Amino acid sequence: MRNLLPILTVLVALMLIWQLAVAPMNIRGALDIAERGGAEIVPEGSVDRRSVSVWRLMAQNSDHVSMGYDLDRPRLPTPTQVGQELWKTTGAMAIKGRAWSKRSLIYHSWITLQSTLWGFFLGTSLGIIGAVAIVYSRTAQLSLMPWAIISQTIPIVALAPMIIVVSSQVGVEGRGLPKAIISAYLCFFPVLVSMVKGLRAPEISQLDLLKTYDASGLQSFLKLRLPASLPFLFTSLKVGIAAALVGTIVGELPTGAISGLGARILIGDQFGTPLAIWSALFAAAILAGLLVTLLDLVQRVALRHTGAPT
Amino acid sequence: MSSVISAQDLNLTFQTNDGPVHALSDVQLEIGKGDFVSFIGPSGCGKTTFLRCVAALETPTSGTLTVNGMSPDEARRQRAYGYVFQHAGLYPWRTIGANIRLPLEIMGYAKSEMADRVQRVLKMVDLEGFEKKYPWQLSGGMQQRASIARALAFDADILLMDEPFGALDEIVRDHLNQQLLELWAKTGKTIAFVTHSIPEAVYLSTKIVVMSPRPGRITDIIESPLPKERPLDIRETPEFLSIANRVREGLRAGHSYD
Repeated sequence: MRNLLPILTVLVALMLIWQLAVAPMNIRGALDIAERGGAEIVPEGSVDRRSVSVWRLMAQNSDHVSMGYDLDRPRLPTPTQVGQELWKTTGAMAIKGRAWSKRSLIYHSWITLQSTLWGFFLGTSLGIIGAVAIVYSRTAQLSLMPWAIISQTIPIVALAPMIIVVSSQVGVEGRGLPKAIISAYLCFFPVLVSMVKGLRAPEISQLDLLKTYDASGLQSFLKLRLPASLPFLFTSLKVGIAAALVGTIVGELPTGAISGLGARILIGDQFGTPLAIWSALFAAAILAGLLVTLLDLVQRVALRHTGAPT
Repeated sequence: MSSVISAQDLNLTFQTNDGPVHALSDVQLEIGKGDFVSFIGPSGCGKTTFLRCVAALETPTSGTLTVNGMSPDEARRQRAYGYVFQHAGLYPWRTIGANIRLPLEIMGYAKSEMADRVQRVLKMVDLEGFEKKYPWQLSGGMQQRASIARALAFDADILLMDEPFGALDEIVRDHLNQQLLELWAKTGKTIAFVTHSIPEAVYLSTKIVVMSPRPGRITDIIESPLPKERPLDIRETPEFLSIANRVREGLRAGHSYD
């Protein structure tokens, strides 16, 4: 728990910056509403105000700055507003027994989580199998590695709709599988690269030692290469699961999906409800945090079991 | 006495970017059963390369080399030798006990047999009670002892040791040398031992092979007249000093100071 203090310090600093940024971000919206309500604003008319900097607007209309903290459709919501929205769409709904309603972020998070886990499973498996192939076969190294690198230079937003189209063309029902594929596409790479490094971590002398025992290839894989790669694997899994989540959300964005956190972000954008975007964003961040923390725990248990100094 | 390791006209040339390197040149050597043979010489003289040839980790370019009357590779497949590397090379994710069990697992020993053997060799190297510790919890000398125990765990009659004590301090090294001699007397194994240290070579060996570099070759083979019982203070006796002197002369003769 000794790293709690630095984390909290950063959190407080971020909240402070956020809170302070709300005033300049929302001043124009606040002044428009105040003017419609009959208040005296300098200069008059929202068109004229466009050429005036937010700082001058704030200085000249200091009475109305606080209004920016209480808008229905703020350009930048306050932390409190986001927190309230998040609670309204998760905890509050769960208490009322409506956790699985289409308006609940718990429901949408669950949709996203499912695809993320499938994508993570698929991507991790591909990454590990690819790494084993690369380490054991020079042909695989020469043919697979460049393509793995090239694959990551293609923007996933461009690729995602194609994957959706192709998978519906070949008769795949629903969006679960294509989303998982997009997510796996992002997640396999860190696993592949780390596992190649991990499987090659044993020194020559350690491999020689096994040779003096006349160990088979499978034995040296199971007893040396695999355990030696574990620390690399866990590090890459944590990167991989975050990438898988991003992949799923990206997969939900341009594809007309109606459920999932990505869909909530898109809908919030289209309907001009920043609060929905922000709460979906935070739900995604919390989800990622939970997944990474879970993997961290698994890593600790696994590495303690294999004798790492505590 | 029949030879356990026999080398005739052994040559090994490595092809490198800077041209061929003659690592072993016309090596003739017979090692009898129960011998303790030290290989001494400056870096690049081929002492480690010779050991690796015996272990079938390198293949000679020409000449014949037999181990237990077989080719080195056949001997390796019959698990004829235990190899101790310069670095203990214990697996950090395995306990000391599990590290010693590693060769036994690979060779398919029964579980109860493994446990017995681990206990036995731990006792031999004075590491009883450390079975459940991890390598990082042990000192360098203890780690090296564990790696010797690992090489002793299965029944190989030959022990190949490549500068096993090179990275340890003088006092620990003396202690381990004594232990190694006791172990050798107890087990009757044939030991081939690579070292940089003249006192270590003279103290341990029944036969000292002096080598010199470029090309790597044997310049002198000294049969030690010292008795099998060797307390540490044997190093002060005139016999010991005269052998040490002959080794030093041999090293000097083969050494070019350019």
